[in-house]
Amino acid sequence: MSLLALERLTYAYPGASGPALDDVTLHVEEGELIVLAGRSGSGKSTLLRLASGLVPHVHGGTVSGEAHVAGMDVRDHGPGELAAVTGSLFQDPETQVVMGTVRNELAFPLENRGESPAAIARGVEEASLALGIAHLLERPTHALSGGELQRVALAAALVGRPQLVLLDEPTSQLDPVAGDELIGLLRRLNEEWGTTVLLAEHRLERCLTAADRVLAMADGRVVCDADPSAFLAWAHDEAPALETPGARLLATAGLGPAPVGVKQARAVLRANGALPPDDAGTAGIERERTRAGRPAFEVSGPRPVLPGRGRTLSSGPALKLRGVWVEPKGQPAILRGVDLSIAPGERVALMGRNGAGKSTLLRHVAGLQQPTRGKIAAGGRVALLLQNPNDYLVHERVAEETSMEALEAVGLASFADRHPRDLSGGERQRLALAIVLGGDPADAPALLCLDEPTRGMDRAHKADLAVLLGRLAATGTALLVATHDPEFAAAVSDRVVLLADGAPIADCSAAEVLSGGWYFATETARILRGAGGALDPDAGAALVRLQLAASARKPASGPPTRPHPTEVRHR
Amino acid sequence: MPMRRSASPLHAVRAAVGCALCAVLALPALMFDSPVVLGAVVVAALAVGGVAGVAPQLRRALLFALPFALVIALLNPLVTRNGLTVISRFGEVPVLGRVDVTLEALVYGAVLGLRALALILCCALYAAVVDPDEVLRLFRRVSFRSALTATLATRMVPVLQRDGRRMADAQRCRPGAPPSRVALMRAVAAGALDRAVDVAAALEVRGYGAARRPPRVRAPWSRHDVAFAAVAAALLALTLGAWLVDVAAFDTYPLVHGDWSAGTWALAAALVLLPLVPFLDRRGIEPRAVAMQAAWGRR
Repeated sequence: MSLLALERLTYAYPGASGPALDDVTLHVEEGELIVLAGRSGSGKSTLLRLASGLVPHVHGGTVSGEAHVAGMDVRDHGPGELAAVTGSLFQDPETQVVMGTVRNELAFPLENRGESPAAIARGVEEASLALGIAHLLERPTHALSGGELQRVALAAALVGRPQLVLLDEPTSQLDPVAGDELIGLLRRLNEEWGTTVLLAEHRLERCLTAADRVLAMADGRVVCDADPSAFLAWAHDEAPALETPGARLLATAGLGPAPVGVKQARAVLRANGALPPDDAGTAGIERERTRAGRPAFEVSGPRPVLPGRGRTLSSGPALKLRGVWVEPKGQPAILRGVDLSIAPGERVALMGRNGAGKSTLLRHVAGLQQPTRGKIAAGGRVALLLQNPNDYLVHERVAEETSMEALEAVGLASFADRHPRDLSGGERQRLALAIVLGGDPADAPALLCLDEPTRGMDRAHKADLAVLLGRLAATGTALLVATHDPEFAAAVSDRVVLLADGAPIADCSAAEVLSGGWYFATETARILRGAGGALDPDAGAALVRLQLAASARKPASGPPTRPHPTEVRHR
Repeated sequence: MPMRRSASPLHAVRAAVGCALCAVLALPALMFDSPVVLGAVVVAALAVGGVAGVAPQLRRALLFALPFALVIALLNPLVTRNGLTVISRFGEVPVLGRVDVTLEALVYGAVLGLRALALILCCALYAAVVDPDEVLRLFRRVSFRSALTATLATRMVPVLQRDGRRMADAQRCRPGAPPSRVALMRAVAAGALDRAVDVAAALEVRGYGAARRPPRVRAPWSRHDVAFAAVAAALLALTLGAWLVDVAAFDTYPLVHGDWSAGTWALAAALVLLPLVPFLDRRGIEPRAVAMQAAWGRR
């Protein structure tokens, strides 16, 4: 019997014009680790909410077809009963933690099951050890950071040792280190405990290596159900937005099969003699890119007039920080003597672990808080887009939120009469951006700060945002973008500042920072080990093509290349 | 206003005793009209909160409650026709009709305002010193859903506070004129509803909907449990006794008439002083560990 079995299931939210899940037939077997892929609004979250019983019992709506979780009919058994076999973790950890302390939070699901005090104590201890949060047990939940909260919420989902774990973008608020740790932990749970995992995730390169199977969804339907390698091959032809950077790198270079992870990508390159040396130069890449004629992210269509166009740029820096310290009373310093200068039109990404001080730095730059010591000077208005775009939306119509010029600049003019909360996540993000930019060219910001603008965004929306920001920077507005996403940082910035414990530990070109590490590096850079400073698949493919050409010119010498056990074919 | 542990005997007591103390502190505010007794309840709540280390939380509650109490006090004389001592005649006022402000209505408005202030402060004290998780455990054996609803109402407050702060920051980031207060209130209300749905969903997937009757856990009574329970019992007896023998009687209509005897003042003094007595015994309180936890709470 399948752990999760859906037969011709169709579900529509109350008042929705169309179904969120459309004729879905799906079987999840015990012990599988399945990744759910798809663009925003494709039905991934609804599928997870159905498996947890929230759909239809909490959200309402109409269901047809069959849905069973561990033999229980979802229509007859609510989330409380399904919680005996499922553990759920959703995107926003703040709303998933309901008790006052971490220990009580972990004990809560077990108490609900009527477990004995001894069993509860043991369950709490084991879950906290498995998740590495034993030191947090007595902490009040309101004092935890976002990353800590996410771990606590995951521990609460796992404490009852559920057969089926449902996770909806659990890494969206985590830094690359914590995100990788979480995926590793899920793999360990899957391998050692046999826990079945159903994981919805946008950053597929992070989790495909751990997956047994990938389900791709579009418009509420399952459009691909295959192993990771076959999924990538399908994505290359049918859904390029779901292709991982590594797969795109090899496909663009004309190599195959599509690699599931860095290790496999390097094996393919090595077998084809296309692995560039780590010290490969960048001149060839630039030449290749010019020939190819397109950057990593590009969208077609008329270029909108941005609010900053036509204004006179100041000759001084857009932002200058000198020895900025933030030392809250009775707490460790959050920022420690930060020096930073950003020129007009410069695009800077701010990276670092959760709690490194990125958001605090942006808040101080925007004037929401004042530093304890040091000076902050801006060359004009500083606009700040905070993490949650919903916080900006207070009116009944999109047109009331900002001017039409600003809406046109972000491509939302046609949504002027819609309610802001009826927009999709990506559209809300653009609307919030329009609000902080304003529509007055005379009041265009000298610096635009963005705090985790791609949280929960799919790859296509990220690409759109990167293009929009690029156009804005071209008008002279400097960008300072705090992000955990190395791929987005590579697309949007030409300089990266890496923060650790409130102080910059690296401040170099994006190519230098994002090609030389394990965590704060793009997948392309990790595959090529930073060769040539290539960060995106197109630049990487250019480098690989150069290497292939060099290999072809070189006379055969030495032992022949040993074929890799993986099937390798040249496209 | 999240509950934060601090190094005080009141934070060390079990939830049942903490609840009982806050309830018996609030009881005189419901049973008596005497401004002396109502004032004593206000002072008692502030004093207990002060020595329990939750003065900042009570100060915030006071700032919220004072305008509220003032509105009640000022509104009553405008809408009531009772009382014989007219102190001001406003004539015919649209909607309200003929308005004659009487001394008695003014005094009764002040009594109502003082009562609201006392009750809000007692509730704030409860929220600041009683662990909602323990309350949930305490009452779930009796009425799980009611207990959880009450507990979550307390838990939602800090979540909504954080949302409100974020929204205020976002509005500060808007160029130009800020949005109207009505628009902001509407957005905050919509956000609160969304949050409530999210929290309800989280509870459901943690198995709340199918909760079974939890096992009884017996914990020995500490000296602080005993001391505060005894004080709560004494306060209850004192309040009921005073009410039965008509101490601190107070009437506003048709004329203001009150009992200002020594008995009334003694009752007020007892209401203020009795709850402070258990704080004299600080044995068993571990300031360092609790202070560390409090420091985490401040982060």
